[in-house]
Amino acid sequence: MRHAGFTVTIALLAGLAGPAMAQLAGDADRGEGFWNQCKGCHMIGPEARNRIGPPLNGIFGRRAGAVEGFKYSKSMERMGADGLTWTFETLDAYIDNPKALVSGTRMAYRGLKDPQDRADLIAFMREFSDKPRDIPEAEPSIITTQPQLADEVLALQGDPDFGEYLASECGTCHQGDGSDQGIPSIVAWPEEDFVVAMHAYKQKLRPHPVMQMMAGRLTDEEIAALAAYYATLEPQ
Amino acid sequence: MAHNRRTFLGGAAAFTAATLAAPAVIGQAKPRVVVIGGGTGGATCARYIAKDSDGAIDVTLVEPNATYYTCYFSNLYIGGFRTFESLAHSYDKLTGEYGITLAQTTAEGVDRDAKTVTLASGEVLSYDRLVIAPGIDFRDGAVPGWDLAAAEIMPHAYKAGPQTQLLKAQIEAMPEGGLYCMVAPPNPYRCPPGPYERISMVAHVLRERNPTAKILIVDPKEKFSKQALFEEGWQKHYSGMIERIGPDFGGQNVSVRPDTMEVDIDGTVEKVDVCNVIPGQQAGRIAHVAGVTDGDWAPVDPFSMATKADENVYVLGDASAQGGMPKSGFSANSQAKVAAMHIRGALTGSRVFPAKYSNTCWSLIDTEDGIKVGASYEPTEEKIASVSSFISQTGEDAALRKVTYEESLGWYAGITADVFG
Repeated sequence: MRHAGFTVTIALLAGLAGPAMAQLAGDADRGEGFWNQCKGCHMIGPEARNRIGPPLNGIFGRRAGAVEGFKYSKSMERMGADGLTWTFETLDAYIDNPKALVSGTRMAYRGLKDPQDRADLIAFMREFSDKPRDIPEAEPSIITTQPQLADEVLALQGDPDFGEYLASECGTCHQGDGSDQGIPSIVAWPEEDFVVAMHAYKQKLRPHPVMQMMAGRLTDEEIAALAAYYATLEPQ
Repeated sequence: MAHNRRTFLGGAAAFTAATLAAPAVIGQAKPRVVVIGGGTGGATCARYIAKDSDGAIDVTLVEPNATYYTCYFSNLYIGGFRTFESLAHSYDKLTGEYGITLAQTTAEGVDRDAKTVTLASGEVLSYDRLVIAPGIDFRDGAVPGWDLAAAEIMPHAYKAGPQTQLLKAQIEAMPEGGLYCMVAPPNPYRCPPGPYERISMVAHVLRERNPTAKILIVDPKEKFSKQALFEEGWQKHYSGMIERIGPDFGGQNVSVRPDTMEVDIDGTVEKVDVCNVIPGQQAGRIAHVAGVTDGDWAPVDPFSMATKADENVYVLGDASAQGGMPKSGFSANSQAKVAAMHIRGALTGSRVFPAKYSNTCWSLIDTEDGIKVGASYEPTEEKIASVSSFISQTGEDAALRKVTYEESLGWYAGITADVFG
């Protein structure tokens, strides 16, 4: 029965939903101060080469254990083969406590404990990898966290004015008049259907990288607001 | 609700706060916004301010061109996939339906203390808030031997319009087996994948008309956006036609000679039949004149797009130092809406929500072979930072590439309606 299946879907999705919060954008200038702890072994920037540690140019988005000619520990090589890629999150975990992420790492470093200090250091290192401004597909620059919510997602009352503002981001692709050329129409959907679809993108259950990205950064309230707004539009 | 003293006082305070937040409502002239530049950023900003304020704000758009040709999709016209007219958009809906005043001229001066803009005619406009969205200008001397006058011989075609038509005509007039050369720009420049989509479109035309012709890219950059995808596509569709000289082989040391149609690449001189020079870029001149730039671009508050130099002046689109966002029409449209929201909030007390930014770039490699890259962005104290991204993958099947191309058509229809009404 459609209704029962729908309720189950929402129960599954509600458990996983949560607001995305951007936080800990680092200060690269302050981060340069922490680089003093690294430069005994690592080089970064022009002329950087293998020394006790590999050079860290271009580390963002790079697979672990990937620098040519550097003798990595077996542990690091295995992590790389398993798919470990250096991102803000993985670097944050590694710099906090290297052995916690790569048990047999040869990197002899006790860890940088303060999260803001790490964010600043990582922001400094980020300067030496591809800039998202020039290579839009480059590794994102900041960390976001998704704490869990116990809210009943469907019970949220959407604010249509807030939805109208948020919809300005959708409108470059999903046309307000409901036309359907290459990109589906989303006007006049029942609010429930809209909310379920957006959460399915958010949890990456439903494929489409653009929509997964768009939905992934919306909170439950924002999705409800969009649903409330789009429900008010008439197709033409 | 019981009418007790506390409720009554609460109600009165709310009323007072509302009137203070919207000082221009009672008995005064409407607040005025001047937008310099009727491109994707400027026109979006003007439209959203006029549309969402329901006529409460007086908006003047300063734009010398009567018709706007979108730079995005202009490569597809070069490739023969669209007509030139399909790139054209009029300002009639902005003036007719949204009551925007169009000053069809250029802005020559900005006095930020007096809060005035002086137009080429000498007319002076006063503003409460100013939006400067002039796009790019080229940096003098960026490519030795080339200046703006030389664009009639060696076109940039990096501002859509007659330059685009000129370049297409030159490609079609190439001798059999001739050489098309592109001098690619250094970072940052508008539309990171743009030059490489152009190469794809030129190759598409040459493959049909002039299959022994060759394409040479001279590039100061080691890497470029969607590189693996373009290189895979060039190998698949235009094998043997395209060569790229990067900085490892002197690509950053180039000069041109328009009168002899020669390109000097790190000492080696090549005779070329078409030379598409895309020089290094900076903010449109009026942004420098207004005194809101620092170096080549205008630094802005990541949360609102207000310039760091002056909270009453906003810069958006290509001219801004926009952190992690690429310079693109999509980005300009995204930033414009945030700026419009803040301006309306300041002038009419309307709600201001947290800024959200995003960008998606579609590129066409060959018929129905479309690729895309995109990301979402959040403002931070430091800058607008990228939060998550996606990109097409090499080895995708033809069906997915076709769908990607068709999405781009839907996007073009959507964004131009969003910008121009």
